[in-house]
Amino acid sequence: MNALTKISNFFMTPAMKIVMIVAALLFPFVAGNEYQIYVMALAFVWAIAVYGMNIITGLCGQLNLAHGGFFAIGAYTLAILTVDNGWAFWPAFIAAGAVGAILGFLVGVISLRLKEHYFAIFTLCVGFIIYLLLDKWEELTHGALGIINIPAPSGFGLVDFTETTPFYYLALAFMVLSIWLASRIAHSLLGRTFLAIRISDDLAASLGINLMRNKVLAFVLSTTYASVAGALYAGMVRFIGPAEAEVTHTFDMITYLLVGGIGTLMGPLLGTLAITWLTQSLQFLEEYRMIVFGPMLVVLVIFFPKGVVGSFLSWRGRRLAAAHDASQTKEKAASNASSNKPSAASTQEAGNHA
Amino acid sequence: MLKIHNLTKRFGGLAAVNNVSIEFEANKINAIIGPNGAGKSTFFNLVAGAMAPTEGRIEYQGMDITGMACDRIARLGIARTFQTTMLFDQSTVLDNLIVGHRLRTQSRLWDVIINSKRLRDEEKKCRARAQEVLDFVGLSHIGHRITADISQEEKKRVAFALALATDPELVLLDEPAGGINPEETENLAALIRKMVDHGVTVCLIEHKMDMIMSLADKIMVIDHGEKIAEGTPDEVKNNPLVIEAYLGSDEDAAA
Amino acid sequence: MELFFQQVLNGLTLGSIYGLVALGLTLVYGILHVPNFAHGALYMVGAYVSYITMVDFGVNYWVAMLLAAVAVAALAVLCERLVFNPLRDAPPIHDKIAAIGIMLFLEALVQMQWGAEFRRMPTPYTEILDIAGMTIPAQRVLIIAGAFSLMAVLHLFLKKTMTGSTIVAMAQNREGAFLVGIDANRVAMMTFAISGALAAVGATLFAPINLVYPAMGHLLIMKAFVIIILGGMGSIPGAIVGGLIIGFAEAFGGFYISTDYKDIIAFALLVVILSIKPTGLFSKGVH
Repeated sequence: MNALTKISNFFMTPAMKIVMIVAALLFPFVAGNEYQIYVMALAFVWAIAVYGMNIITGLCGQLNLAHGGFFAIGAYTLAILTVDNGWAFWPAFIAAGAVGAILGFLVGVISLRLKEHYFAIFTLCVGFIIYLLLDKWEELTHGALGIINIPAPSGFGLVDFTETTPFYYLALAFMVLSIWLASRIAHSLLGRTFLAIRISDDLAASLGINLMRNKVLAFVLSTTYASVAGALYAGMVRFIGPAEAEVTHTFDMITYLLVGGIGTLMGPLLGTLAITWLTQSLQFLEEYRMIVFGPMLVVLVIFFPKGVVGSFLSWRGRRLAAAHDASQTKEKAASNASSNKPSAASTQEAGNHA
Repeated sequence: MLKIHNLTKRFGGLAAVNNVSIEFEANKINAIIGPNGAGKSTFFNLVAGAMAPTEGRIEYQGMDITGMACDRIARLGIARTFQTTMLFDQSTVLDNLIVGHRLRTQSRLWDVIINSKRLRDEEKKCRARAQEVLDFVGLSHIGHRITADISQEEKKRVAFALALATDPELVLLDEPAGGINPEETENLAALIRKMVDHGVTVCLIEHKMDMIMSLADKIMVIDHGEKIAEGTPDEVKNNPLVIEAYLGSDEDAAA
Repeated sequence: MELFFQQVLNGLTLGSIYGLVALGLTLVYGILHVPNFAHGALYMVGAYVSYITMVDFGVNYWVAMLLAAVAVAALAVLCERLVFNPLRDAPPIHDKIAAIGIMLFLEALVQMQWGAEFRRMPTPYTEILDIAGMTIPAQRVLIIAGAFSLMAVLHLFLKKTMTGSTIVAMAQNREGAFLVGIDANRVAMMTFAISGALAAVGATLFAPINLVYPAMGHLLIMKAFVIIILGGMGSIPGAIVGGLIIGFAEAFGGFYISTDYKDIIAFALLVVILSIKPTGLFSKGVH
């Protein structure tokens, strides 16, 4: 086993997770200024939404272009309940998640009857309807003015989440929880079920998988993630407007997902952090970032469709397989070959019946 | 095992399958042959529930499954493979097979969240079944490989294994020997026989005549959506209607 | 009654532009099965080319339209060669993402070059006509006449010329077309060129009664998608009829129901129709 394989193995060990969490916990102490902590916290919030997108698009293979819309629904539900209806933050937060789930269910039941292109186009339209409603339904959403003075999450007198650093830890906690759940799903039978649907509807159905039920479940999970992220966002930025529902946010999230690696576990986090900091360090890019991101999306899907994490995983998988084969042949040579070796067995088996 | 009564499927005015009746017996290798575009794939899709027939009835083990959804039919014990093998290229061969047994499990989202005992047991069961079918098709030595890196014949075998992981009693194979060389074809034929020996009924569509003639117990020939012959390989080979259908198209006549 | 006819005229104007844009989209979809999300951006680029050549270089309206058509056709062919062609055999999600990438790029580029502000495109046809007691701006007549004559030309091209019938053949049966030796690359480039040119002409016709800005294609492309789903993806008559249906629904809906929500009408229609019939109104079958 050479050094590269050792390093790559390290990335997959539980120790790596601890290193990452410790690094995240220490970040506010090493950050140069409060602004950097703020940017990082914002990236965590976006990452939660991107994990949601990864469930429906990465695992289940359905390109949902209304994802930004559900993010905005979460943000608006929280804002409307707290500012206009006097709810406390946390009940409103839970309600935001529930609204995202319920609306996700309703949209999912209709849209997931459609396949591939139809689904993408339909959700693009749903995203736009959400934007238009937020912009025009003034009685409910305050229209183009947006909603201001959204309360920060309540710290029950123990912590003050209007401060950047405490909020950073809150966002981190939610993100870790989101990744934990996403990982549970991805590695379970449920995740494998979603993946079978991503390969092909026909294949999944032939394996006895109920397409509609599983797709709707993946969709509801993803919209819940999005609206929870949106609610956190509202509590952090404290001001929202219809622009939150603009389709460009969905496209941003697709970029994060593709850069990091669609369908992988650490990809959404890596992609979100990488692009957020890239954009930050190239300030002039902010407004015109799409000049870089647009071609980057194209290049990624043509040349590196697996993204950073996906490419790493297949590279590592090949290495491990090669190592496994090598050790097998060595073993074989040592024991001077016997008929029990699986490869020999299979040819024998076939031979017996021929 | 499988009884088809007057099965018809029309697309617009065109009948892709027209008034086909046939019975397939258990523990046999049944083959469907016919020139390109004769309606073989449509016939398969109807049996597997991928499409609903326009008319007719499909009876499986005495149960009427006409128009039933694909996933329910799969749960009743009919599995299938496709002309193009569809697998997840980025994960290992074994990982690809685990989902095959999913239909025999009950775990839901809640089990996933709390990591319930049921989920853990079922995951073990699925993994064990995957290993079993991998052994069965003779690929246990490549279970750890990335699927993208294995040969075409191996992919075909993995597709067989995936179908077998669903615990089927009837397996529909759509052109299993498409795109592989003669020697591999023979190995695959041996595998098909092994499946039947283990109590699985096989029904396949195939273009490779020598394979069919040596393999099948019963052959149905369709042309332009209609059944023109059925019987043992020898009966079918000498049927004038069949010879005409094959000479009429640019397909090679039975070898 | 006069107000009613005014709405009919509005519906016709909107419908003919929608039809033109949807036509390009449906051609590309029918032949290459690419839902080209960048089509709205091509429309926008067409408007800017016309605007710049007219305002900055003093070119005549019709010459500007021609230049825009040529420029956008070339741009569309470039997209096909560089992006969609390499992605022919990729998973279905990839070409959509690539199309979105092109769209984002073009919009950002135009915005960087010419800013995000709204511009009004000049037109030589500013007079108000008085036809049978109705006041009609000349530009609207031009839009309707222009759009429908272009559709007629396209129809003749597809029916009467060799290249045209090749395109139709390939739209109807891709595999079959390969068998009879149609040069798929040439047809693909041709289709993208036509679709780009249609978008540019549509933009130059419509922009004088609307505004020119980088995001002007957003709403239009979504409506065009609604139209081709209604009309059946890949169907040419479907795109025209669908365009008119949406155009009239918006004109009358905006007038009799609410102008605020008129842009939602198309999407609401889509939601209702797809809820009842998931494959669209006139579809020939599921793709």
